[in-house]
Amino acid sequence: MNVEWYVVLSSLLFAIGAMGILVRRSPIVILLCLELMLNAGNLALVAFSRMVGNQQGQVFAIVVMVVAACEVVVGLGLIVALFRRKLPLDVDALRELRG
Amino acid sequence: MSATSWAWLVLLLPLLGSISIALGFRAIPARAAGVVGTASIGLAFVCGVAMLVNLLGQDPEARHHASSLWDYASIAGLDIKLGIYVDQLSTFMVLVVTGVSTLIHLYSFGYMRSDEGYHRFFSYLNFFVFSMLLLVLAGNFVLLIVGWAFVGFASYALISFWYRRATATRAGMKAFVINVVGDIGLVLAAFLIFRELGTFDYGAVFAKAPEVFSTNEWTVTAICLLLLVGAFAKSAQLPLHTWLPDAMEGPTPVSSLIHAATMVTAGVYLIARTHVLFVLAPTAADIAAFTGLATLLVAGTIAIAQTDLKRAIAYSTMSQIGYMVMGVSIGAYAQGLFHLMTHAFFKALLFMAAGSIISAMANRQDIDRMSGFWKAMRFTSVLFLIGSLALAAFPLTSGFFSKDSILAFAEARGGMYEWMAIGGYVGAFLTAIYTFRLVFRVLPGDPCPEAAHLIESGELYHGPPINPATEEEEDTEVGFPGAHHHIAEQSKPMAVAMAVLGFGALFAGLVQVPGVTDVLFKFLDPAFANSPLSEVHPSVGAEWRGLAIGGLISILGIATAWLLWVRQPELPALFRERLRPVYLLCLNKWYFDEAIDFLVVRPALAIGRFANRTFERLVVDGLVIGTEDVVGGGGRLVRIVQSGYVRGYALLLIVGFAGLALYFLLSSS
Repeated sequence: MNVEWYVVLSSLLFAIGAMGILVRRSPIVILLCLELMLNAGNLALVAFSRMVGNQQGQVFAIVVMVVAACEVVVGLGLIVALFRRKLPLDVDALRELRG
Repeated sequence: MSATSWAWLVLLLPLLGSISIALGFRAIPARAAGVVGTASIGLAFVCGVAMLVNLLGQDPEARHHASSLWDYASIAGLDIKLGIYVDQLSTFMVLVVTGVSTLIHLYSFGYMRSDEGYHRFFSYLNFFVFSMLLLVLAGNFVLLIVGWAFVGFASYALISFWYRRATATRAGMKAFVINVVGDIGLVLAAFLIFRELGTFDYGAVFAKAPEVFSTNEWTVTAICLLLLVGAFAKSAQLPLHTWLPDAMEGPTPVSSLIHAATMVTAGVYLIARTHVLFVLAPTAADIAAFTGLATLLVAGTIAIAQTDLKRAIAYSTMSQIGYMVMGVSIGAYAQGLFHLMTHAFFKALLFMAAGSIISAMANRQDIDRMSGFWKAMRFTSVLFLIGSLALAAFPLTSGFFSKDSILAFAEARGGMYEWMAIGGYVGAFLTAIYTFRLVFRVLPGDPCPEAAHLIESGELYHGPPINPATEEEEDTEVGFPGAHHHIAEQSKPMAVAMAVLGFGALFAGLVQVPGVTDVLFKFLDPAFANSPLSEVHPSVGAEWRGLAIGGLISILGIATAWLLWVRQPELPALFRERLRPVYLLCLNKWYFDEAIDFLVVRPALAIGRFANRTFERLVVDGLVIGTEDVVGGGGRLVRIVQSGYVRGYALLLIVGFAGLALYFLLSSS
């Protein structure tokens, strides 16, 4: 199988994730879309690694997964904290950082 | 111990006194500050005497020694030492300064007793004596400038001693600013000396100067004129004199010590010390002599019209320093210094007596309100009279011998200097008139209410505390004149100090009776032996003729004063009426303050305002405000991006990375 198909699929997944981040307002969905983008990257890494024929790309993919796991922990923790403080679960309403 | 070791001790003692009082004022009991202050100066005087004894044991030609503790700076041909120079001149000055200072400290011990700032006063006073001794003992021009600036500061601190009094702080600032003008002159003179001679050291400068400079060369004239700027500012000579009368805002012992006996004579000392340079620049010396003459005449006329007791005496100080400056400038070095010594005695005494009278008047200084103190305060009055007699050069008092020795020298030098002698005699006539005007208005007659109160109750009159300059009432905490000061009749230390000075004022002249004793001149002359003018000597007969003329003029002046203010008291009013312009000129101090205000202060202020309007507003403000605008504007622009929408930031990120990726794609293909 040609590497192009994998890359096309990875780009599609990435674009879907990015679009989701831009259009959805729920923090949980945004977190999911972030995961989607990270895994799109992983797919591309693994595909290129197979094409080149060594394992370095796959090592990178594993590192990305670890980072993604950490990121999910932090993100979900934030969402729980928001929920506990009875803050709206809407990223557009949470704009105290406006300059 | 050698003479220089004693000299170092002389310097050390007042410094220790000042520091221990300043730092230890919480630890030591109240009156101890006065004891420490007086004792340190008294011991310095003893060391000064030891210095003199040591010098007298040596050959007259070898009586000069230099000593150095360490090098300030020794690099690239510059060689500045912390060094002193001991010779007849500095020994003489040390003795006059420490001797009079000891007595004035003793007087202050009684006079300032009720003042809340007692410790501060003695600390400042000791610091002043230290600075003055540093000035006269300095062995090079750098240390001279240090001492010169220190006495300027001490004078400022003591004039503004009652710092809650607005007029006193203003007078202090005025004195400081005018003195800084003089400091600049002195510093520039030192620069020029270093540029031409390559050294600051007295010995080297005076040895090299006659080889390097030819007579009246412009550099040596410039050096001397710059030195004169310093000397005139410190010694209150025209036109830099306006600070001295205002300096009378300070406590009376300060007026007595700094502004009569010691600091104001620093200019005379400077001219005598640098006489080698002045001999090489006769033009500058003549300018100095004429300024001295002008000052003594102008100050004499002003003193006649003043009604403030201390200010009138201040103008007489200016006038007497005019004599000294004239003397040392025309070559009468020992004579000028002799007058410096006798003047220190009788002027310090006059101020002390005036201080005693002023405290009996509850700090009022207006002689129009005073009369009858002969009945109320006999001791003070007698000493006031002694001081006045000496100031008026009454025969056989100290001022009689010293003043006429200067004038006899001027006459012996001949030429235009004879005119100076005549001017000096006119000044002596004025001196007798204004001095005895004070005497005849303050001492005789019916006691004024304050004096009558003193006679009846034996206690000092307590008025509401009044600022004598503005007639405004003041409250009396620290920084204001104490509740009341003391009078000599009721205070032993004050009486002792005044009695000793009175003795000096009467008899100090006897050390130098022409042809009879000649002690002082024999001691001082070797220090000036390298001046060609030391050849000029009035004959003994000429000196006695001068003394006779001087005594006659003095008696004539006193008689005139008696006629004007005792015999026919309506005459002065008539003169005021008839000679109104002259009277106004004298009353307003020849409009010097106004002239300086018009010529210097206003232009300076105008330039300042102009610079403020143009340079400050346009350039400085433009730069500052422009910077602020740029930064602020940039901030406002960037703020738009910081919307607070997380999705907005995400979009920016994605677009940014997409843009970067696109750029690399396009640039690599």
